[in-house]
Amino acid sequence: MKKPFERVVEEHADTVLRVCRAVVGVHDADDAWSETFLAAMRAYPDLPDDANVEAWLVTIAHRKAIDLTRAGQRHAVPVADLPERPSTVGLPGGTDHDLWRAVRALPGKQRQAVAYHHFAGLPYREVAEIVGGTPEAARRAASDGIKALRTTLSEPDRGASQTADAGPDADPGTNAEASVDANATPTRTPTRAAGPSPARTRSR
Amino acid sequence: MKDTAADPDLSTLLARASADPGTLARLHTRLEDAAGRDGLLDVAYTVVDSPVGRLLLASTEKGLVRVAFHNQDHDQVLDTLATTLSPRVLRAPRRLDDVARELDQYFAGARRTFDLPLDLSLSHGFRQLVQRHLPEIAYGRTLSYAEVARLVGNPKAVRAVGTACATNPLPVVVPCHRVLRSDGTLGGYAGGPAAKSVLLDLEAAARHTGG
Repeated sequence: MKKPFERVVEEHADTVLRVCRAVVGVHDADDAWSETFLAAMRAYPDLPDDANVEAWLVTIAHRKAIDLTRAGQRHAVPVADLPERPSTVGLPGGTDHDLWRAVRALPGKQRQAVAYHHFAGLPYREVAEIVGGTPEAARRAASDGIKALRTTLSEPDRGASQTADAGPDADPGTNAEASVDANATPTRTPTRAAGPSPARTRSR
Repeated sequence: MKDTAADPDLSTLLARASADPGTLARLHTRLEDAAGRDGLLDVAYTVVDSPVGRLLLASTEKGLVRVAFHNQDHDQVLDTLATTLSPRVLRAPRRLDDVARELDQYFAGARRTFDLPLDLSLSHGFRQLVQRHLPEIAYGRTLSYAEVARLVGNPKAVRAVGTACATNPLPVVVPCHRVLRSDGTLGGYAGGPAAKSVLLDLEAAARHTGG
């Protein structure tokens, strides 16, 4: 007996979105999420009744992320660093961009291990089945990933100088650092200013 | 130097990953559209408010397949639809815009017959036969179970007519509320006797004012 697909969406929508944001980034996460649930809905009637639905969804999301990444590489825009854009993901300020930027900066295996173990809650054994390798390797990758995230997020200033993330209140003396910063500022400022609390993530 | 000073703990870090409800709602709408486009919306449903309580409306590609009253446990109704029709059951309100609009007009007294494609696949045999005939009872009129039995050409099947009305998967739209006991008392109703009265009073009032 299978439950209505709507209940699958209700229970796992948030988790799958976290996984997609971690693996392909906030900008492409919506597409990855949509394609994941559409593919899942197509295959749902054939899913065994006793299947682990969450692991199944994460596996689909994993494949969709790989497809998206490949497609992205085919018509990639050659820029050194992604500029921040005006919000394409709904409410400005509703998404913790600092976190996702930090996750995005992790090496692929670490990013996947963090996404599938910490964000989706799958045991390392299942993470290893999805990404390949041993559960032990998955555990190490997740642990290294979390360590790196903690470092980046606890020292936003250090990350900032490398990721063109200097806020509006940055020391004017740093202006000369890179011309990329100057170019990125006009598109970034409105997004930040529109958020309910620009300093939210920094204060933690 | 200050490596651990502002180190966020793991659960705080994970909490920051939650999506806002607006984003999830937008993604859900996108899924509804894509599923409809790809022919995957086997059962679309929504829940609407009405003078007889919240109604669950469900529809297949063929048409409206289920109307359920609040007291019928919507979760259980959806479970049954998933089992009997298809597990591809998705909340997709826009698929039911026409149904919701006609129901609004009906409850406002501005509509007397429904003009909706119906999917009668949830009932079979004699029950379905009875349900096909129920719309012949005019708005604001009532028949007894015995009269309906005669109407469908099986005058002895009074009890079976009662069962057919009680198991009507499309109450309100297929007007089983217009069937009463021979003594004029209400008889049973899936939505409860109060709902049946509301519908009969509504139709009586609208007939008076509308002429």
